[in-house]
Amino acid sequence: MTRAFGMVTFQAFSLLAAAFAMTIVADDVKAAPPPQAQLVHIGNFTFNQATLTVRPGTTVTWVNDDDIPHTVVAQGLAFKSKVLDTGDRFSFTFAKAGQFGYFCSLHPHMTGTIVVKA
Amino acid sequence: MNPENDRRDFLKCMAWAGTGALFAFNGGITSSLGLDSAIAAPLLRSASKPFTFVQLSDSHIGFNKPPNADARATFREAIAKVKALPNQPDFVIHTGDVSQLSRDEEFDDADQMLKELGLPVFFVPGEHDMLDPDGGKAFLKRFGKGSMGAGWYSFDHRGVHFIALVNVADLKPGGMGNLGAEQLKWLKADLAARHSSTPIVVFAHIPLWTVYEAWGWGTDDAAEALKLLARFGSVTILNGHIHQITQKVEGHIAFHTARSTAFPQPAPGTAPSPGPLKVPPEQLHSMLGITDAVFVRGHDRVALIDSTLTA
Repeated sequence: MTRAFGMVTFQAFSLLAAAFAMTIVADDVKAAPPPQAQLVHIGNFTFNQATLTVRPGTTVTWVNDDDIPHTVVAQGLAFKSKVLDTGDRFSFTFAKAGQFGYFCSLHPHMTGTIVVKA
Repeated sequence: MNPENDRRDFLKCMAWAGTGALFAFNGGITSSLGLDSAIAAPLLRSASKPFTFVQLSDSHIGFNKPPNADARATFREAIAKVKALPNQPDFVIHTGDVSQLSRDEEFDDADQMLKELGLPVFFVPGEHDMLDPDGGKAFLKRFGKGSMGAGWYSFDHRGVHFIALVNVADLKPGGMGNLGAEQLKWLKADLAARHSSTPIVVFAHIPLWTVYEAWGWGTDDAAEALKLLARFGSVTILNGHIHQITQKVEGHIAFHTARSTAFPQPAPGTAPSPGPLKVPPEQLHSMLGITDAVFVRGHDRVALIDSTLTA
């Protein structure tokens, strides 16, 4: 009886500790750049982060702030947006590590790179 | 009617505040006439009947943001101005960016408006015309019948050889406009049988010389095309894309870019980006379309006379 009570108490404590640890992890994630969402603004015919480094699993969203349409096209065609008019968005999730050069197929002098590393 | 009177009538018809470049061929000689200095330019005398054609460019049908809430309306104005010319041009060329987003209704509206002219219209695509899911097929289906590759072709008119080139297909990261090996090969074959005295007019969307590299205003492999054109005595190259007049002469080659019928763009390097120049409404029309360029044939070459537009 005493022993059983002790085990329940221990399990409850463990659960509390685990919950506490998860909170800490969540706080850590908030402090670092969120791995699930990165935004690249397109403005003045440039990608506002010419090189963006993210962790695997990150979803990058491009949003066109210009009043001229643009596209986001990977050099190896790993991803390719349709035409993005003003305010339109395009998202791609980078599952694996690697380096992805991309450009605007309308204005090819507009280039950017996403670096994905663990 | 003597040629001088013809010319005066012709110049009167230029007095429209508008939206297109008007080019005249006088006895096979290239001259492009803008309002102000065309009147001041020396008269060309020729026994043969001159012919004219109009260049329209960058209509961007579907564009509806500052400084132009309705690019259809300004294009319609341009068409009306062409229709009102007392001496009708033999044909019209459109140097690309017919549409804003390659949508069917944009192409259709442009097509319907141009049909009101009752004139042949020759097109080349701009990068805005390549945005359908098939990368330009919608444009070609409607405006590129009989063309080759991404839409290039040539034709002859009254002794002048016209060449339509496409430099907006398959653009390379970090690059500018691009003609590509296949088109250059075709151009070489197209020119091979021509006598070097044949006047040549080349039209393409992006300038075939580097106007401003930082904004991509040039064509990476244009030098290859210019090399093929170098032996001809009279070459006129007409482009759009940059929504403003620029011009230069290099050897026997005269380069000219036309205004847009939709919106102006900043002069090279004068703004953070080449986006639309947001001019006040009362200023917009003075920045659309009409050319102030004057090409006058000298004794042995085409000369370019600068003029300013004050309207």
